[in-house]
Amino acid sequence: MQMGAYKMNFQQMILKLQEYWSNQGCIIMQAYDSEKGAGTMNPATFLRALGPEPWKVCYTEPSRRPADARYGENPNRLYQHHQFQVIMKPSPDNIQDIYLKSLEAIGINPREHDIRFVEDNWENPTFGAWGLGWEVWLDGMEITQFTYFQQVGSIDCELESAELTYGLERIALYLQEKNNVYDIDFTDEIKYGEVFKKAEYEHSVYSFELSDKDMLLNMFNTYEKEATRLIDEGLVMPAYDYVLKSSHAFNLLDARGAIGVSQRALYIGRVRNMARKIASAYVKQREEMGFPLLKGGDINE
Amino acid sequence: MNKKLLFEIGTEEIPARFIAKTKADMKGYLEKTLKELHIEYKSIELKCTPRRFVVVIDELAENQATVEEELKGPAKKIAFDENNNPSKALLGFLKGKDISPEEVYFKTVGKDEYAHIKLTKEGQAVKGLLKDIFEGMIKSTTFPKSMRWGGKNIRFVRPIRYFVCLMDEEVIDFEIEGIKTGNITKGHRFLGSSEIVINTPDEYEAKIKENFVILDDEQRKALILEQCKAVADSLGGTLMMDEDLLEEVNYIVEYPTAFYGEFDESYLSLPKEAIITPMKEHQRYFPVLDADGKLLNKFITVRNGDSYAIDNVKRGNEKVLDARLSDALFFYHEDTKKPLEAYVERLDTIVFQQKLGTILDKTKRIQNLSEKIAKALALTLPNLDRAAYLSKADLTTAMVFEFTELQGIMGRYYANLSNEPSEVAEAIYEHYLPRFAGDELPSTNEGIILALSDRLDSVAGFFAIGIQPTGSQDPYALRRQALGILNIMMEKKLNVRLFDLLDLALENFDFEDMDKQSVKSDLMSFFELRLKNLFTDMDIRYDVVDAIINIENSNPFDLLIRAKDLDAWVKNNSVTEALQTFSRISNISKESIAGKVDEALFAHDSEAKLNTAYNSIKAEVEAMLAKRQYVKALELLISIKDSVDTFFDSVMIMDENMDIRANRLAMLSNIRTTMESVADLSKIVNA
Repeated sequence: MQMGAYKMNFQQMILKLQEYWSNQGCIIMQAYDSEKGAGTMNPATFLRALGPEPWKVCYTEPSRRPADARYGENPNRLYQHHQFQVIMKPSPDNIQDIYLKSLEAIGINPREHDIRFVEDNWENPTFGAWGLGWEVWLDGMEITQFTYFQQVGSIDCELESAELTYGLERIALYLQEKNNVYDIDFTDEIKYGEVFKKAEYEHSVYSFELSDKDMLLNMFNTYEKEATRLIDEGLVMPAYDYVLKSSHAFNLLDARGAIGVSQRALYIGRVRNMARKIASAYVKQREEMGFPLLKGGDINE
Repeated sequence: MNKKLLFEIGTEEIPARFIAKTKADMKGYLEKTLKELHIEYKSIELKCTPRRFVVVIDELAENQATVEEELKGPAKKIAFDENNNPSKALLGFLKGKDISPEEVYFKTVGKDEYAHIKLTKEGQAVKGLLKDIFEGMIKSTTFPKSMRWGGKNIRFVRPIRYFVCLMDEEVIDFEIEGIKTGNITKGHRFLGSSEIVINTPDEYEAKIKENFVILDDEQRKALILEQCKAVADSLGGTLMMDEDLLEEVNYIVEYPTAFYGEFDESYLSLPKEAIITPMKEHQRYFPVLDADGKLLNKFITVRNGDSYAIDNVKRGNEKVLDARLSDALFFYHEDTKKPLEAYVERLDTIVFQQKLGTILDKTKRIQNLSEKIAKALALTLPNLDRAAYLSKADLTTAMVFEFTELQGIMGRYYANLSNEPSEVAEAIYEHYLPRFAGDELPSTNEGIILALSDRLDSVAGFFAIGIQPTGSQDPYALRRQALGILNIMMEKKLNVRLFDLLDLALENFDFEDMDKQSVKSDLMSFFELRLKNLFTDMDIRYDVVDAIINIENSNPFDLLIRAKDLDAWVKNNSVTEALQTFSRISNISKESIAGKVDEALFAHDSEAKLNTAYNSIKAEVEAMLAKRQYVKALELLISIKDSVDTFFDSVMIMDENMDIRANRLAMLSNIRTTMESVADLSKIVNA
């Protein structure tokens, strides 16, 4: 850390990143209002990464991972953490430099640290997505996932996006020189723990002890049925909402230990199957619309 | 006039593990291509960092060499018309080639004569060929997983961002998929300029060095090692060297600066592997040892950069390691609150494979199988069952859950802490051996038997449910496990047939739709192929392997001796004639059955002589076989060659009298059977 450098609080960090990426031409979107395990599953990434249309976006995504819940007692692991997600499609030639400048914007001067791009082959089998890239290391700690998407929804990406996923809590721990996530200054007055600790505890109790397995299994099946019906009706977005819901129901079941290892693959296959159908329905829909963003058309189509 | 050529591929960070191979592939491609194109040069050199592949070709010819090419034209019979003037066909062939009909000559190809001409091909300027050469080089380079970027129609392991291409001081302009060449390169990402003008190939290396890039891989590696050792010295310790780690570190930095960090001494109470694994595998740190070879609470790592503000980097890395070690210590304390046996029952929560059950099911099968194998080897091992029972227990401990590489290693520690017999602890560790090609093998009897049982159970089990490796698909690493089994059996000289072990392993599987006979025969072919590959890798002739591989009746240790002996024998001796003789025996008698020879049916002197000769050596050959003296047995066997030859010369085997015929075939079959108990010499080709 630079001597006497101003230590940004959590909120300022997010604001800075938004400002920075908005200057790079990104739309600042808000988190998608449905539970999900990662910012990649926000339709602003998952769907927009498909097809030939350019797309630049950034947003903060609260990401729920029931199996990582720790009753608010672990200094690093959380039921819900925050990702700052950036999509640059197509990936500009100097995307690495643009990314590194974003670190400077939040007070990380590369000259004073050791920043490395360490091989990482990112994969999300549930959503039929993979790409190549790196974990970005700051003095030995992973702070960002940097991926060039190759496939999404089991469909080859026609125009490859660069996806940047910042682990906000980790970066904040480092910037603020804290050892426990709950001690992070959310603002100068409010700590992270004051906002989230109780929720972390409750979600842990729910995920591991009190969730209703039968209800969740029923919901998974119901969501799947609804998603399939809506795909057949050609309603991509509503169908995708139900895929997200079924994926979250699966994550809850998984955390509860309600799904055996052999069955796990079957459930993942079911979600992947829905994701694949929606991905191809989306591409088809955009094609029928004449790929509006390709022609510099109206975003509010 | 020869020129020096510089070609640089400027990339984003290439994964370290691919660089050395890519470098070799590219060099190989260039050597092959320049030869094909008749382009002369003195040397090709490649140097790499994580962000660039740099090719320097010294004394590269400006033009391709002039080559004479022979072209085949129409057949002679249609090359001239009735007036003996060149036909349309011939003139058409010569069209545009600047060659007169007088220069045509004729050569016989197949049955007919054809018109031929010699064409002198002037070499083209190399400059104009460079684009195709380097585009070919890049596109022919393959990786396990490659990517596209920015909508370009090109694949590489990570994006290529620029090219530099200079022939002496001339910039050779071209582009590959929209990526242009130029004479501008980049220095170190944070320390150097990102626009360095290169005027000649000779100044490249020095210029990027000024910009904090050490181009020469070997030089950089030596520098890293030297720096790390110096840091270790300054700490009063020694570097725990690891070639693979050094190689990896070398390919993740362009400008190395080694430094050390520390961790809390209290972590030294952890088993050393639990400290070393997060350091090396997760963080790429070198551990440091004291004079007694014990770990110090220090690590050495290499920054990609200089020493500016290195305290930040040190602090950051220390913090990361502290978090990992603090996890490890927490896990270790939790794990050791209970004895190792308390972790066995929870193995029923880990599925090995849907049909093959949980790891607890597998543990029970290993217990059962290891007992049977011990019996087959006539060993009494009082601790074997206990070791088998505990072999997988550490998989449910927190430490192994977090650091899977520590399976077996933690099991041994926890077994010792739980006061299990030392044979048990050792066998838990050893049953995972060998973990990779060339790894150590188990050394204790308990370890050997558990290692075999575990692998046999997996291979037999997967085959039993119809899962076999196909092509490049071997998700359960069954080939590696089969090789482990064979290596252990050969190296440990186990006197047991593989066939019998597979039988024992299959006894534990009984699925409704399982056809035991076909599973067994699939398993045997699978193992036979592995054995053949193993022997071929030892440079044993493939026909020798064919001659000795009788997998059902043999054990791999015995086959290995036979293979080596017969191979040496065939390679060192002129045995062609003997082999012909014995092949003849094989061929003529292969449908017949060995049996009693009736001397009363001998119609010729040579029959009696051969029978006597054979009977005089038979017992001795068998005695030698029992002692595994295969070369001696072969020598003795072929000593009756003359008698065999005389026999063949003197009589017709296929006599009209069926009794005489049968008697002769029986005698030959007896000889064949004895021969095949050493090796099937008829399989040897052209010794």
